[in-house]
Amino acid sequence: MENTLNYINTSMHNLQPLPAIGNKQTAACQYYNTHGMTFGKDEVWRFVDFSSFLNDSLDIPESDETHEYEFTCNIPNLDTTRLTLFNGYVSAHDKMIVTEQGVIMGSLKEALKTYPELVSKYFGTCSKKENSFLASNTALFTDGFFIYVPDNVFIEKPIQILGVIKSQTPLFLQTRNLIYVGKNSRITFIHCDDSYNQNRSFSNNVTEIFIDRDAHVEHYKMQNMNNNSGLMNHNYISMEQGASLLSNAISLNGGNIRNHNEVRMLGEHCDTQMHGLYLMDKEQRIDNYVYVEHALPNCTSSELFKGILDDSAHATFNGHVLVCEHATKTDASQSNKNILLTDKAMVDSKPFLEIYNDDVKCSHGSTIGQLDETALFYIRSRGISERTAKTLLMYAFCDEVIQKIAITALADRLSDMVKKRLHGELTVCDECALHCSVPECKFEIDVTKL
Amino acid sequence: MSLLSIRNLHASIGDKEILKGVNLEINKGEVHSIMGPNGNGKSTLAAVIAGNSKFTVTQGEVIFKGKNLLEMPIDVRAAEGIFLGFQYPVEIPGVSISNFMRTAVNEQRKYRGLDPLSASEFLKLMEEKKKVVEMTTKLANRSVNEGFSGGEKKKNEIFQMAMLDPIMSFLDETDSGLDIDALRIVANGVNKLRSSENAIVVITHYQRLLDYIVPDFVHVLYEGKIVKSGTKELALELEAKGYEWIREELESKQK
Repeated sequence: MENTLNYINTSMHNLQPLPAIGNKQTAACQYYNTHGMTFGKDEVWRFVDFSSFLNDSLDIPESDETHEYEFTCNIPNLDTTRLTLFNGYVSAHDKMIVTEQGVIMGSLKEALKTYPELVSKYFGTCSKKENSFLASNTALFTDGFFIYVPDNVFIEKPIQILGVIKSQTPLFLQTRNLIYVGKNSRITFIHCDDSYNQNRSFSNNVTEIFIDRDAHVEHYKMQNMNNNSGLMNHNYISMEQGASLLSNAISLNGGNIRNHNEVRMLGEHCDTQMHGLYLMDKEQRIDNYVYVEHALPNCTSSELFKGILDDSAHATFNGHVLVCEHATKTDASQSNKNILLTDKAMVDSKPFLEIYNDDVKCSHGSTIGQLDETALFYIRSRGISERTAKTLLMYAFCDEVIQKIAITALADRLSDMVKKRLHGELTVCDECALHCSVPECKFEIDVTKL
Repeated sequence: MSLLSIRNLHASIGDKEILKGVNLEINKGEVHSIMGPNGNGKSTLAAVIAGNSKFTVTQGEVIFKGKNLLEMPIDVRAAEGIFLGFQYPVEIPGVSISNFMRTAVNEQRKYRGLDPLSASEFLKLMEEKKKVVEMTTKLANRSVNEGFSGGEKKKNEIFQMAMLDPIMSFLDETDSGLDIDALRIVANGVNKLRSSENAIVVITHYQRLLDYIVPDFVHVLYEGKIVKSGTKELALELEAKGYEWIREELESKQK
């Protein structure tokens, strides 16, 4: 066990580049060795602070080949193909699968050996600008999933990626997923980040997704980590003409979460819908960064991020839409809405549009407030107690984001989980074998304080 | 003993006194109408009875079924049988009508020591009560009042009244914003809910509504007090003469 920052610094200096992606790792290394784990005065990173994790002593997990992870997820009417990342490593039985349709799913490290050309073509090319966390991941990732979907494949069954952390000692994880979705294909991902116990952990995870022409990707993220965990979660998405993306991140619990999203629409007629919901309490931190680039004409994007903050929780929304010079007929909207339940809860909200074309339709907005008194009176006047009335209103506030989930079974389950969380009952995703959150990290909005 | 007894009720919003000593006795089986010029306290009276905390009661008492109503929280008043039909029903996006009413019905049942209704019992009740105001649309999944027309909102108020079966209802300008057909439907709905076991107070500006809901008593609320009471003929007189003569009558009395 050693100081995390020391571990990164030392490993960067002694890097042994992997085949196929060695040049990208070396470049990342050079960036890191110049900048270190610093972000200067960059607005994008202004509120990000993982120093307590970086200065802590955390273990780097070893691959556990013997581990067979059996997972059952019993969301009614939801059948998924499950892939498990256990402490940053791909489970043995998920090492490499090739389906009849030619879909490749398996370990990224394994794919470097079996499909080096495919991996090197896409690996590390999605982000526009390097940053220290990304560089660290590029050079030092343990493993992650490589998913390759050929052209014209419609994968009906969602692929569920489970990031599970279970360890007796505190861990530092860096996982890397690389996903390519071929022309005119469709795929849905459900990405669950869960911690198994109350141990401290810090994850610096990167997912790159390439969406080729006219392909459609749905990406749902469920974050339900313990209060001692840190999650630096990067999503870099690149889209070609006619591609569409629906993304929804539901953050139910976690010590310190940064969702760093960069979406670049590089063709015409692309559509991005990115939504998020966060319910934070205690000293929890949630930071949603969304960068959407409109490079060419006729693309649309919409963002809706909503959150409820209790106790001393702190949320950040930092949205940046860039409309480039040639992006005529762009239609972009950004919205961030927050409810603060206490005087100590805090939100920094910064919707931001950067536009270099006159023929566009763009809007942005942000609200921070309390529950509506008039609505509360109306509800209570029907005989509903104050506590229930407040829960109803909070649930109603969340519902707008949940309704954006296109899989009904998943939306229903999340709806239940949000309700339970608002009632202070949430422990785990019902009957989930993970038991990821033990009772002491349940969400407790104390309505009596309102 | 009266069902509801309002005695010397004074209420203010901020420093401004709006109700200046209202006295009113209501018995089971009665329908009262409260009329009066704008800004004289009609809606305030209804809001104070329902428990709106925007208003502070500075004097007087309200006794409902022998209990001190003013000491009860808003939801307890409702569970005891008070209902307010809002002049401006509130839109609540994200809360479906069925969820809203099921929560309300079951919380009220819980207060009375009854078991909650099952899903099928509830749906049956809802279908039955929708007929009271000729509601044909698929209500269940629509959010409360969201995107409703003026008429739909008022129908929804009476529908809720039917669902909750209150003992003492205050209907605050339930006729405002209604076209002729909707007015008839809403008024007929109220008439269907009228019984010897409950009482209704209709707050309105217009005699028109009282052609449908015929009141037993009509009161004029003027400058925070009930200054004149009579039978349904009083409403006709007000319609014909306006409120000016009330003011003149009061002034001559004071002299």
